[in-house]
Amino acid sequence: MKRAALLMALALGACSGMQTPLAPAADQAEQIRSIWDVMLWVTSFFYLLVIGFLAWAVWRRRRKETAPPRTQVHDQGLERTLAIWAGMIVAGLTLLISWSFLVDRSLASTQDDQALHITVTGAQWWWRVEYTDGTPDKQFETANEIHLPVGETARIKLMTSDVIHSFWVPNLSGKMDMIPGRENVIDITPRKIGVYRGQCAEFCGFQHAHMALTVVVESREDFNRWRNHQLTPAAPPASPKHALGKAVFKAKACSLCHEITGADAGGRTAPNLTHLASRRTIAAGTLPMNRGSLAGWISDPQAIKPGAKMPNVPMSAAESDALVTYLESLK
Amino acid sequence: MGGSARTLLLSALAAASLGGCERETRPLVTPPETGPQSIALTDLYPGSPAPPPKDPRADDYAGNAYHITQGQTYYRWYNCNGCHANGGGGMGPPLIDREWRYGSSIDQIYATIRDGRPNGMPGFEGKATDQQMWQLAAYVRSLGGFTPQASSARREAMRSTPPRNQAKPQEPRPESFTIPQGVSR
Amino acid sequence: MSRPPKKPTPGRKKPAARKPATAKATSAETDEAKTASAAIAKPVLEPAALEELKETWKDAPGLWGWLTTVDHKRIARRYIVTAFIFFLLAGLAAVAMRLQLSRPENDLISPARYNEIFTMHGTTMMFIFAVPILEAVAIYLVPLMVGARALAFPRLNAFSYFVYLAGALLLWVGFILNIGPDVGWFAYTPLSGPEYSPGHRTDVWAQMITFTEIAALSVAVNIACTILRMRAPGMTLSRMPLFVWVHLVVSIMTILALPAVMLASSLLMSDRLLGTHFYNAAEGGSHLLYQHLFWFFGHPEVYIIFLPGVAFVSMIVPTFARRPIVGYIPMVLSQAAIGFLSFGLWVHHMFATGLPRLGDSFYTAASMAIALPSGVQIFCWIATIWSGRPVFRTPLLWAVGFVITFVIGGLTGVMVASVPLDLQLHDTYFVVAHFHYVLIGGAVFPLFGAFAYWFPKFTGRMLSERLGAWQFWLFFIGFNVAFFPMHILGLLGMPRRVYTYPSGMGWEPYNQIATLGGVILFLSISLFIFNVFKSLSSGAKADDNPWDASTLEWSTPSPPPPYNFHHTPVVDSREPLWEHREDLPVMEGLATKKREVLVTSASEAHPDNRQSSPDPSIWPFISALAVSGVLIGTIFSEWAFVWGLIPLTFALSAWFWPKRPRAGKSGEPH
Repeated sequence: MKRAALLMALALGACSGMQTPLAPAADQAEQIRSIWDVMLWVTSFFYLLVIGFLAWAVWRRRRKETAPPRTQVHDQGLERTLAIWAGMIVAGLTLLISWSFLVDRSLASTQDDQALHITVTGAQWWWRVEYTDGTPDKQFETANEIHLPVGETARIKLMTSDVIHSFWVPNLSGKMDMIPGRENVIDITPRKIGVYRGQCAEFCGFQHAHMALTVVVESREDFNRWRNHQLTPAAPPASPKHALGKAVFKAKACSLCHEITGADAGGRTAPNLTHLASRRTIAAGTLPMNRGSLAGWISDPQAIKPGAKMPNVPMSAAESDALVTYLESLK
Repeated sequence: MGGSARTLLLSALAAASLGGCERETRPLVTPPETGPQSIALTDLYPGSPAPPPKDPRADDYAGNAYHITQGQTYYRWYNCNGCHANGGGGMGPPLIDREWRYGSSIDQIYATIRDGRPNGMPGFEGKATDQQMWQLAAYVRSLGGFTPQASSARREAMRSTPPRNQAKPQEPRPESFTIPQGVSR
Repeated sequence: MSRPPKKPTPGRKKPAARKPATAKATSAETDEAKTASAAIAKPVLEPAALEELKETWKDAPGLWGWLTTVDHKRIARRYIVTAFIFFLLAGLAAVAMRLQLSRPENDLISPARYNEIFTMHGTTMMFIFAVPILEAVAIYLVPLMVGARALAFPRLNAFSYFVYLAGALLLWVGFILNIGPDVGWFAYTPLSGPEYSPGHRTDVWAQMITFTEIAALSVAVNIACTILRMRAPGMTLSRMPLFVWVHLVVSIMTILALPAVMLASSLLMSDRLLGTHFYNAAEGGSHLLYQHLFWFFGHPEVYIIFLPGVAFVSMIVPTFARRPIVGYIPMVLSQAAIGFLSFGLWVHHMFATGLPRLGDSFYTAASMAIALPSGVQIFCWIATIWSGRPVFRTPLLWAVGFVITFVIGGLTGVMVASVPLDLQLHDTYFVVAHFHYVLIGGAVFPLFGAFAYWFPKFTGRMLSERLGAWQFWLFFIGFNVAFFPMHILGLLGMPRRVYTYPSGMGWEPYNQIATLGGVILFLSISLFIFNVFKSLSSGAKADDNPWDASTLEWSTPSPPPPYNFHHTPVVDSREPLWEHREDLPVMEGLATKKREVLVTSASEAHPDNRQSSPDPSIWPFISALAVSGVLIGTIFSEWAFVWGLIPLTFALSAWFWPKRPRAGKSGEPH
């Protein structure tokens, strides 16, 4: 556990800025950022007015001793000021409501020129990602990582296979819930190349805290390269050790849940591992993708993600070693 | 204060919690595998008048809500309903009736899942983990009406028509043949 | 024989500069009455009559008296103490959460246990602490402020306390026995449904809701009827103290909002225990139905919590500013507007669910619009201080702290009211910061101010000013240190309801600061408890009106006797004790041989009739036990509902058994 955390810290490095709405990298997040800026200015202005008035009131006539109470009061001046204050509030709110409405309208406008169609299905506690464009032989599935070409709009369909989750990549867009029985849709138009982190934003059970995903925004050429690579079947075993690892995968419980295209493993209830080693993280963003994390994860998932649905599969050290070697080769 | 109120409440809760605590625990850590154990299908085995010892893991799993619910998930994932439907059977025998060819105690169901049975029941040893098989066995027992409530804490007994995926909760009946007291062998 | 007129007495002997120099005579027990109309004779309370009054209204001694009392003050005190104990427990849960979150990938608390702890924290604070304690202060003060001897339905009041206690115990004993809920205080389906929440944990939560909502509804009905029909003669609606106005609005809000959550939780229990499919999308139900039902309650709920805080501030500020509130009518209209508008905002909790966007915009507008009445009220309070001669005692410190804190919360509320911005901030620590600013700033700050203000009235002792100031500053600083960084955490992307977080996200320093703030809050509250106990035993004795306030409750002794007033006061202004500093006008006529209250007309408060007020009775307690049996048993077996109705029927029949009126020996009307 501690080793995994240390490794992750080293691997992920200084990731602040990867998961924040304040560093927008897409049109949608950019527009929302503009609302934040307006809000901050307007609300700060009103707050300073209130505090200023309060400070004045507190300092102005404070007493140490209790004076007799006044019952005859003439408050016309104050009531006029109240009317002005109410008017200012109305003006401020009108500005904020209008700005918000206009941004919301532009975010919600549906265009049909999406370059990319992706279906993301939330599960406890990982993300199934399916690229659904084109003929079936051009469609593929991966898990916990999304790649997007910069400058083009991707339409992401959001579903869930169990409880309510929420898809949220703050640098790119606001969040949208995944609700059983509903298909929600979100559009993302990334503008800056980079790697961004998203996280489930609706409480979904034990490991809600460890349900993250990675979004890689890259150039069109890089995206095509990645996509074509994802369409290929898994790399065949390159050595006897790899072959042993693949045999372990198929013979033990792994293949009952996980799929590796081209390796006779067709489980549909757990992340697709065909190109596991090409991803940056494992276990839905919990650990970086490297040999040590893989070994730790496979040997005892419950120690890292207590409550995760992946069981402890007993195997000998040699089997585990071979399996990790094989999985590492699945680039 | 209302001591009597508190006492009443506590005793009510204590009564419920005797079954409640075990039912509600969530053991999120996998116990170490103990390896395969031989599980008897009958009481009769040569050389001993006493019934064979029950697998010690059985009690951990039977009646625990978390395990039953996990079993419910795996039942779907491992396609048990491909042959058994939701308990009603099809290619495989129903699980909600009272006929248990290979025994209906939880360790016997576990053995069935682990070892497979003739005429088509696959064995999952080495494929599903031990804990998963125990959880599946716990769920199957709940289908048969042996646990007071189904995994989902759903009380089907009050429905006017029998539920489609669970037998009516039944009286505890001898699950295996026991040699009556005093009868010589 | 007449009692001698009370002489002005000095408030307290200590010469400390910050304490009030004198307290004016404010006794309502006067033997020279200014008659409101010529027909009212000079009221004279003979000692024999006074003894009769005391005898009529007293409770039995010991445990029996404790169980049978219908004295609204005793019941309110036990509500306050109970709710405060649960506040402390929920606060300890929060400390546990903060300790777990102080380091990334911390393993102090397992995820299962953490889920239970944050569920207990939220559930306890919202259902078991906030609404009950604020209602409890109203139970204590409303009859006193309107000049009544009792509430409209005293036995219902007693019943509500026992039902509330049973619900609170159900939840916490369940937590201790490891059967506590772990799905959040809002328990969204399907996570809380039969498939993903096995066992009875969520049933405990859902049934606790039923308990607390029965209690809250009972109290709301009680307060509303008392306010509408039992005010002192002459206290027209426009002469009611603002506290009373607020509680009228809050009671009506409670009556309209709480049934929604009872329905939501009952349908959830029905899904879980009986196999219905209200929330099962696969069978034609809808998960959004749960959210709509829950939040239709949930949003007015937070205003049900906020408005009593407003009530406290509206009473404290005029007293310490030494003048009536600025803009009484705008204040009343604002409170009513908040009450009304709060029912049209609930969808802002569901902006991320994919509802039609044009409809969402309506809720944005409504959510922002509610800032207008709040802003009007803020102006009125500050203007009152500005145009008055403020004296800074502990209660006023809390009121000022309230303004500073609550307005931040209100403004972040305006931020999250915007749909697109909410789509970034929803379910992050920004929202956690927002609602703690509005709930703690808007309700807990005024609550501590109310404790400091009315503690002398409730207990007859003054709280220590010095400790009170220390407590205030520790709380103010601790609160801001704990919760301000959460705004930043939310903006840096940290979601809510997570038991841990990865390192390297830049979240550690803010989490550590927040944990430090939590520790400071813990110290502040410990200081408060110490202050309370110390003052109870050795605090300065308080006379009737130590703050020289203007409303009727300060005309009674501290603490008030069970019958509240010797004579019913007659009101002819908004500040009765400031208009009549020496001799408050009163009227006579209520019986002393039996419990009797005066019923007046709803708007003008003309005396209407005299009504018998119930004697102490054990049946509310027995009925509460029967209700508890039904509800708790139903969690485990549906037959408990059937069998449990039998004792409940007996108990309720005994309670409501009509008493045949008896004529007195001399044929007088009873």
